[in-house]
Amino acid sequence: MKAFSYERIDDAAQAAARAFEVSGSKFIAGGTNLLDLMKHEIEMPAHLIDINGTGLDDIVATDDGGLRIGALVSNTALGADERIKRDYPVLSRALFAGASSQLRNKASTGGNLLQRTRCPYFYDTAMPCNKREPGAGCAALDEGADTRQLGVIGTSDHCIATHPSDMAVALRVLDAEVETVNPEGQTRRLTLDEFYQLPGDTPNVENALEPGEIITGVVLPAPVGGRQQYYKVRDRASYAFALVSVALIETDDGKGRVALGGVAPKPWRRDEADAELGNGAKAVMEKLLDGARPTDENAYKLTLAERTLAALLAKE
Amino acid sequence: MDFNQSADENLFDHARIIGKPHTRVDGALKVTGTAPYAYERHDVADNPLVGYPLGSSIAKGRITRMDATAARNADGVAAVITALDIDELPRAKSNVAKLFGGDMVEHYHQAIAVVVADTLEQARAATSLIEVEYEEIPGEFDLDDAWKRLQDRDVVSHVGDVDAAFDSAEVTLDETYHTASQSHAMMEPHATIADWTDGKNMTLWTSNQMIKWTRKALATTFELDPANIRLESPYIGGGFGGKLWLRADAVLAALGSRETGRPVKVALPRSFIFNNATHRSGTVQRLRIAAGKDGRITAFDHSAISHTLPGGSGEDAVNQTRCFYAGENRRVAHHAIDMNLPESADMRAPGEASGLAVLEIAMDEMAEKLGMDPVEFRILNDTQVNPEEPSKRYSDRHFVECLRKGAEVFNWSERNTTPGGKREGQWLIGQGMAGAYRGAPTMDSGARVRLSEGRLIVETDMTDIGTGSYTIIAQTAAETMGLEMDDVEVRLGNSAFPAASGSGGQMGAASSTAGVYAACVALQGEIAKCLGVESARFESGQVVTDDKRVALRDVAPNEELVGEDTLHFGDFKDELEIGTFAAHFVEVAVHAYTGETRLRRTLSVVDAGRILNPVTARSQVIGGMTMATGAALTESLNIDSRRGYFTNHDLAGYEIAVHADIPEQEVIFLDTQDGASTPLKAKGVGELGICGGAAAVANAMYNATGIRLRDYPMTLDRMLDRLPDA
Ligand SMILES: Cc1cc2nc3c(=O)[nH]c(=O)nc-3n(C[C@H](O)[C@H](O)[C@H](O)COP(=O)(O)OP(=O)(O)OC[C@H]3O[C@@H](n4cnc5c(N)ncnc54)[C@H](O)[C@@H]3O)c2cc1C
Ligand code: SF4
Repeated sequence: MKAFSYERIDDAAQAAARAFEVSGSKFIAGGTNLLDLMKHEIEMPAHLIDINGTGLDDIVATDDGGLRIGALVSNTALGADERIKRDYPVLSRALFAGASSQLRNKASTGGNLLQRTRCPYFYDTAMPCNKREPGAGCAALDEGADTRQLGVIGTSDHCIATHPSDMAVALRVLDAEVETVNPEGQTRRLTLDEFYQLPGDTPNVENALEPGEIITGVVLPAPVGGRQQYYKVRDRASYAFALVSVALIETDDGKGRVALGGVAPKPWRRDEADAELGNGAKAVMEKLLDGARPTDENAYKLTLAERTLAALLAKE
Repeated sequence: MDFNQSADENLFDHARIIGKPHTRVDGALKVTGTAPYAYERHDVADNPLVGYPLGSSIAKGRITRMDATAARNADGVAAVITALDIDELPRAKSNVAKLFGGDMVEHYHQAIAVVVADTLEQARAATSLIEVEYEEIPGEFDLDDAWKRLQDRDVVSHVGDVDAAFDSAEVTLDETYHTASQSHAMMEPHATIADWTDGKNMTLWTSNQMIKWTRKALATTFELDPANIRLESPYIGGGFGGKLWLRADAVLAALGSRETGRPVKVALPRSFIFNNATHRSGTVQRLRIAAGKDGRITAFDHSAISHTLPGGSGEDAVNQTRCFYAGENRRVAHHAIDMNLPESADMRAPGEASGLAVLEIAMDEMAEKLGMDPVEFRILNDTQVNPEEPSKRYSDRHFVECLRKGAEVFNWSERNTTPGGKREGQWLIGQGMAGAYRGAPTMDSGARVRLSEGRLIVETDMTDIGTGSYTIIAQTAAETMGLEMDDVEVRLGNSAFPAASGSGGQMGAASSTAGVYAACVALQGEIAKCLGVESARFESGQVVTDDKRVALRDVAPNEELVGEDTLHFGDFKDELEIGTFAAHFVEVAVHAYTGETRLRRTLSVVDAGRILNPVTARSQVIGGMTMATGAALTESLNIDSRRGYFTNHDLAGYEIAVHADIPEQEVIFLDTQDGASTPLKAKGVGELGICGGAAAVANAMYNATGIRLRDYPMTLDRMLDRLPDA
């Protein structure tokens, strides 16, 4: 871990301005991901801005019938919120499928969105990784690499890592938006699709945040109802990242939405795949995973995604 | 005391304390976080410096340059020692890879430098400032390649005529299986505080299963007289065989202390547990079984390979096949293939854990071919003698009773016998079973007992790796001396104490309690001498002779009476086969769509001689079964076959079973005693639980799905395309 300076700023816009001003700044919320990465010297911020006093920790109703979730609302509090459990159950389920209760107590909504990949080569600083060190190469793309956990779609010739968040998959299927404030104090909202970037030839750039820009919250639109499910497939029953996860909303009109986790650098969803929901899992996946480029070791994820959706659609 | 013949009826057959449930005497320390583990021995080494290791980033080659200037100048740094600064340290026999020194790199994360600083953070930050250049040499990392290339077979033993038996057999099986490399993944990493400030007398507070061996290894490594080395390891946060040896933590701490003239502490970072420390090698195994239509096995032919660094012995997966089941013709062959992965060595039930994981699937497959119930098939092929050497009989073997009892309690006869035939909603339900065998070796073991004011202190260099040694040793001493548990204090893991068996090979419990018994008998002799009598009984805190009763505290007021002895196990044992046996029964649910496998219940019926303490013994069996579940379903050190290292080197990537994976686990101990084992008629159970457990899970998965998997861990991707249509 490199030495760093630390300060606490209790206003989001001021924190953004300060982060812009001090080069090498990073925000720290729960610290459950950032501190691990700092110990491994994967992240080496020169300056930490603690945002836990910014008061962004409630969930309030919006004018159009939705909810605004503060960036510092913990994963535990969010998953247990009565309104979330009732009106957005897919989100509650996704949250409780993630990490462990100790981690969820510390993990924040903003931090969860920004957690980094679990690619084993990203975590080993002796290995080349374009995401860690642009231009260094990608150990996961070399012959003999361990790629069972890695991505099958949306990947590039420079990086095949996945985004590991469960919460983000549910947010994507719910059409949530990320709300931010920048160093000038301007706010904006981005859909999750706009927020997360595909790796292309810059896998180090993972999202649309500009320097200093801070996440203030996540906005959920009015409830869509329907039958909402989240199925996270993993090797062990708990405390493991998804091999594949499926967030599904089936509405009464026979329509629905589906998003996948564990397969891509961002929560994976396509309108044209949603449109196929009435035609079964195979039809959905033909659209949703069209263009997939799996490795030998992770091609099973294509079958697994389809079978997991089939399990959710099956009425047994 | 010499143990030269099987024990007759003795005090342990009428025990008050031995064999009774006692919770851990060290339990309160553990659950309150006050047991002093090595890294936290602030009481003995005030304000030590902290060392942090740097590991090689290549698997094989030579270091051509190291520059530690920046690290030496970094904040708080007291010393940097690089591999190029010192010659390669001599290797103890128990170390295959070198622990430090010299320019050659033998495996990934081999220690190549240590930075010693005021704080952990400073030391860690400075290690990354060390510049290293290598000349890489291509290595061998692929066991399957080695298996394919393997031409002739190193036959370990061959009895009868295996080829002829297969030619004439009515039913045969011939399959190839894989087990994965596994990490001990114990909770406490290897850790040591070393005080070698004068470069002469070395004291280590460490976490090590084998005090005597490790002292010897230190003497070799640093060319010291063992008399100048002191080791303390009273509490160990898990070892599973990973702490049998001297490892880099102790070596680096010692070097750091000599260099700085201050105590230095080093804990291996978690990633080092996987690639710097040892692991269990994966195996490729081919198993052939031949039988008559009547189900009687006529031949076994088992060959296996595992990997090792040059000079090591790998994971010998064929041993149990020599003696577990009957059959006149048998051949086993094992090759340890030289490869350049990190050092493979012993892990809980070395050999048997991997061998039975395969043999017991093969037995299931064979039973199916024969149209027999797998329990009955095993019963039919039970043996009371070593089938390789029929003159050698089993001292006490109740495997058949384990099988029958297990079948009865598990309700085996009610199970669905059509693979894939039972479904509850989206889950396929299956039941499976497996046999378990593990040898019950013993090793000479010593202890000293000190009686003063009616209280007894037991001292032995035996270790407690979380197994319950403190408790069963206290029970043994209390029983023998006629005292209560509260009257006894046990002190372990100190090289100043008489040498015991240590913890390994599931021999610790049986051997060390026998040694403590011997020491107590010696003390009884001292007491009798004091009282001027030939012999006496010891009960209720008193010495009882023909004409008097004296409280133990009054035998020699104001004086300490000491008994010390070593129990020597005689070679009459070589004429016998002494083992432990179990039958595991498992129910699983496999998701019909996703292939996720979840355990529903497990039962283990165990024949391991006298159970010294059913509470601690049960923990061992369910712990073994939990580890077997990991081996069956998730645990695999993933190999990058080009770069030659284990990629998933943290506890997020290396998936051991977690609470949610483990359902109700039941253990039944048969009421058996094996007088050939020790005076207490006890045998070990520390490794038996992991033996066969993985195969029981695998067989239950087959029963659930009708898909026969032969490669561990049995993750869903191996069966997805064979599951029922979605
Ligand atoms: C062992 C383990 C298992 C896990 N398993 C899972 C799992 O199964 N599923 C899953 O989804 N997650 C899992 N996680 C990840 C966990 O969800 C994240 O670590 C957590 O959500 C991060 O939140 P945090 O508040 O602690 O973020 P921090 O660690 O504080 O920050 C993470 C990143 O976000 C930035 N950041 C934080 N808040 C803001 C903000 N408001 N605006 C801008 N930037 C910000 C920080 O600068 C940092 O770069 C696991 C983590 C661990 C350690
Ligand atoms: S896949 Fe991405 S994260 Fe993994 S090594 Fe390659 S560049 Fe790095």
